[in-house]
Amino acid sequence: MISKEEVQHIAQLARIRVDEKDVEKLQKNLSEILDYFNVLGEVDVSRVEPMTHSIALQNVSREDVARSKDLTLTQKLIDMFPAIREGFLKVKAIFSR
Amino acid sequence: MNTDLSIEDITKGLAEKRFSARELAKEFLDVAKKKDKDIHAFLNFTEDRALNQAEEIDKKISRGEKLGFLAGVPCSVKDAILVEGAPCTAGSKALEYYIAPYDATVVTKIKDAGAVIIGKTNMDEFGMGASTENSAFGPTKNPHDLTRVSGGSGGGASASVAAGECVIGLGEDTGGSIRLPSSFCGVVGLKPTYGAVSRSGLIAMASSLDQIGSLAQRAQDAEDLFAVICGKDELDATSLEYEYKPLENFALKNLRVGVAKEFFGEGLMPEIAERMKAVLQKLEDAGATVQEIRLPHAKYALAAYYIISTSEVSANLARFDGIRYGKRAAKIRTLLDGYLQSRGEYLGDEVKRRIMLGTYALSAGYYEAYYLKAQKVRTLLQKDFQAAFAKVDVIMGPPSPFLPFKIGERNEDPLAMYLVDLYTVPVNLVGLPALSLPAGSVGNLPVGLQIISKPLEENLLFAVAKELENLV
Repeated sequence: MISKEEVQHIAQLARIRVDEKDVEKLQKNLSEILDYFNVLGEVDVSRVEPMTHSIALQNVSREDVARSKDLTLTQKLIDMFPAIREGFLKVKAIFSR
Repeated sequence: MNTDLSIEDITKGLAEKRFSARELAKEFLDVAKKKDKDIHAFLNFTEDRALNQAEEIDKKISRGEKLGFLAGVPCSVKDAILVEGAPCTAGSKALEYYIAPYDATVVTKIKDAGAVIIGKTNMDEFGMGASTENSAFGPTKNPHDLTRVSGGSGGGASASVAAGECVIGLGEDTGGSIRLPSSFCGVVGLKPTYGAVSRSGLIAMASSLDQIGSLAQRAQDAEDLFAVICGKDELDATSLEYEYKPLENFALKNLRVGVAKEFFGEGLMPEIAERMKAVLQKLEDAGATVQEIRLPHAKYALAAYYIISTSEVSANLARFDGIRYGKRAAKIRTLLDGYLQSRGEYLGDEVKRRIMLGTYALSAGYYEAYYLKAQKVRTLLQKDFQAAFAKVDVIMGPPSPFLPFKIGERNEDPLAMYLVDLYTVPVNLVGLPALSLPAGSVGNLPVGLQIISKPLEENLLFAVAKELENLV
């Protein structure tokens, strides 16, 4: 069973605010699932290479040139900003005073 | 007008001027809106766009121009796939007001082929779930029994096709999100080979597993849609060169069918096992050979899948932080506050759970025990499949151990919901194509048959499906 402190630590790493009242339920749910993962302990994986992708692709590359000529697309992307000032994305201060 | 039409019926109907593309689109939209009051397959309808698209087709017809392969065919699109100018929520409150700025590659392709997009279909939030109960906008009900789930994550896609609200649907499958709901709703659904279809413009869940695919009531229509969407796309570096060719002169005689013991394990509902036996008997009667094969590592696939997929989820969903798009929490003082608050408030419980699981699995000290181990199990599973395919052409079994369950029956227990994916996740881990085909019913509830083939043999899957759908 993972601890309540661990739940809060993971939540903090994942940048998710978790209310104190939800911690216990998460502790139970996450522990049950992590316990289930332990079934992999049965498998002998010595001398087995990890598989990252089901197709073996290597170094797919292209010329490093700008391709979008369409400024209306740029505008549509900007329109989706949650906060905007003079065409710039607006964010909160990184440090609190 | 009857909405039980195939692509071929529509092509002929338009050519013979029995209806116009506009009349057809209007009829499907009317039927869909009416039926959707009960079913809730759609999150929104793209009516104006659909009618405009249809009018363009009618103009082409009046000018005598050549029509696309899917001209006038009403199509639904899963809400994880971008359709320019239409809302795209992926079933999440975080994207409630998001408008897609461009078309996904698959959407460009079906539009070019003349398909008429009538709306965006409901799904579990960001594709995480097996019932659509995790949609922030309420579940999609099963058209065969409104008290039951439609499956997930793409329950909206399969229900929209099953209910005749559209003829074809675009779905997306990370661990069963096309095949499971297809089996629950009694339609054909294909999860293609990884890389066969471009993922550009798809809201990613787990990038090494996600694949866009096709749904329809008939195998032929799902095949026609797949033929349009597959192929290399420079916007998706993992996409493959693929020119689709249907198999000609195919017969079930001499088809070598493998049945994996691991897909008939404990927990499989006996009624489903009975249906499978009946289907396999029909195959043998038609001259196919059925033999038992082993996939010794399949029993570890679910654990490996949930480790790998949640790890990838934790990375992919980092972008939903309220900075560049989506909802940003009000009353925040600092940047960090904004992340914590926006994600805490607008992401659903299951999504938060999976992000946290993946964060844990990738965190210092646990990477080797979870993620790396799961990636190695993935290699072993691939070897199992390779050994099996040395002996057989296709592998068959049930897509899920369960029949469509009651709404609310499993939703309180995450692990119970994960077990629904038991038989669908192995193919995603190794990138194989698989199709779910209607295989009769138990009472009024549909049962599916999962057919798995070697990579890039979608044409074999469809050939088998077209033969089998006449038999069962």
